[in-house]
Amino acid sequence: MAEPVVRAVDVHKRFGRLEVLRGVDMDVARGEVVVLIGPSGSGKTTFLRCINHLERVDGGRIYVDGELVGYREKNGRLVEDREREVARKRGAIGMVFQRFNLFPHLTALGNVVEAPLRVKKLSRREAGEMGRELLGKVGLADKLDAYPSQLSGGQQQRVAIARALAMQPKLMLFDEATSALDPELVGEVLEVMKSLAHEGMTMIVVSHEMGFTREAADRIVFMDEGVIVEEGPPEELFARPLQPRTQAFLSKIL
Amino acid sequence: MIPPLAVEFDWDVVGRYLFNPLIREGAWRTIQVAVAAQLLGVVLGLLFALMRISRNPVTSVFSGFYVWFFRGTPVLLQLFILYFGIPQMVGSQTFTRELTAFRAAILAFGVNEGAYMSEIVRAGILSVEAGQMDAAKSLGMTQLQAMRHVVLPQALRVVVPPTGNEFIAMLKNTSLASAISLVELLYASNLIYSSNFKFMELLVVAAIWYLAMTSVFSLLQAELERLLAVGERERPETLFSRALTLMGGRRGI
Repeated sequence: MAEPVVRAVDVHKRFGRLEVLRGVDMDVARGEVVVLIGPSGSGKTTFLRCINHLERVDGGRIYVDGELVGYREKNGRLVEDREREVARKRGAIGMVFQRFNLFPHLTALGNVVEAPLRVKKLSRREAGEMGRELLGKVGLADKLDAYPSQLSGGQQQRVAIARALAMQPKLMLFDEATSALDPELVGEVLEVMKSLAHEGMTMIVVSHEMGFTREAADRIVFMDEGVIVEEGPPEELFARPLQPRTQAFLSKIL
Repeated sequence: MIPPLAVEFDWDVVGRYLFNPLIREGAWRTIQVAVAAQLLGVVLGLLFALMRISRNPVTSVFSGFYVWFFRGTPVLLQLFILYFGIPQMVGSQTFTRELTAFRAAILAFGVNEGAYMSEIVRAGILSVEAGQMDAAKSLGMTQLQAMRHVVLPQALRVVVPPTGNEFIAMLKNTSLASAISLVELLYASNLIYSSNFKFMELLVVAAIWYLAMTSVFSLLQAELERLLAVGERERPETLFSRALTLMGGRRGI
């Protein structure tokens, strides 16, 4: 069996005295689309941020493509990695945020080419070509020179997706990518995410969008209070949730 | 017809000395010291701000100490320590000769300014929302790359107004260098009224020059702020683009 793209083993994370992740184990295979659901505070976003080391882990291990992100193993203990190494590994993991986090001082194209230019040292021409192509893919070919403040929320998020894709990641993390959008703009972003899934991108998505989940997810993982309570393919989990906590949560959102 | 202010004041004298060569030299020296010291202050401020927010405890504490000391003592005291105190301790003729009043003023005012600038820059960095750094890091940028390409450009807009304030104060604080006999604007007017006893007239001359310098600078600052409003929904028109329009035809600026 091929090595999983993401392997999380007994992950623990605490903020001060609050234990947010209490032993999370998860494997994500290449091309798999995993949707994380659960009540707020369940640790979904924190877990996502641990995968690309935006948050440190207090226990356990997370391997992306066989390598620890942000750490080196030394005598059986985790030692924080050199920044250059961490940055390099992060570049292979794309992340899309709830609040978009576009760079306001750059145009849409500027946002997309910034990382390839500075991190991958691409030439302006190469980066520009790739940027134009990616923005075309997300349906924004006519907005290359627009600034984020001139774009709608849905457009901004699509630029954010193109920006993350510009680094050619092997894994994409979506942190409630549509939660901050007006309802009528949610669809255009979900379409982009669906086509990405169809193209075989490995995706871990934190979302409340059950329609998208039913259509695109290979597996749903239900988290509550820092642990994985139940997981399974959408048809099964939605139709026959086994755990009472899962049933309670699903009854509220379905 | 200007009514006489008082028996002993003469506007003619003001007019006569307004463009006096010594006064002009003093004004030019004032500008040189202010600009050089402010530039030094900005560079040091940037450096110490980054040191202050770094996770390295050594650089963070060192930066804190620097800010504490240079904000905590009068700049005139620092100027005297540099110009009189340190040469005494170094005891080298070459050193004392090379440390002219001009260089000492720039160095002392610059290092002092760095302490204030570091807090201004730090505030600017804090004003950029955390999500920006998250996004930059998630794209594979190191902390330094993120600072340089994402955070600092945005911090700039917040940093410019208080920095403009600092520069206006700097223009005026250069007058303290008269205490070490640097021939800047105030000292130049002192030299002249020491011999002709027209105290008020010469001080008015100096005041006019200071006002002219600070006013011109305020206009430049406003223009700079307009230029930096990149990506904002409502971009105020810059005087530059307005001038271009007047000269015939906009060219997509």
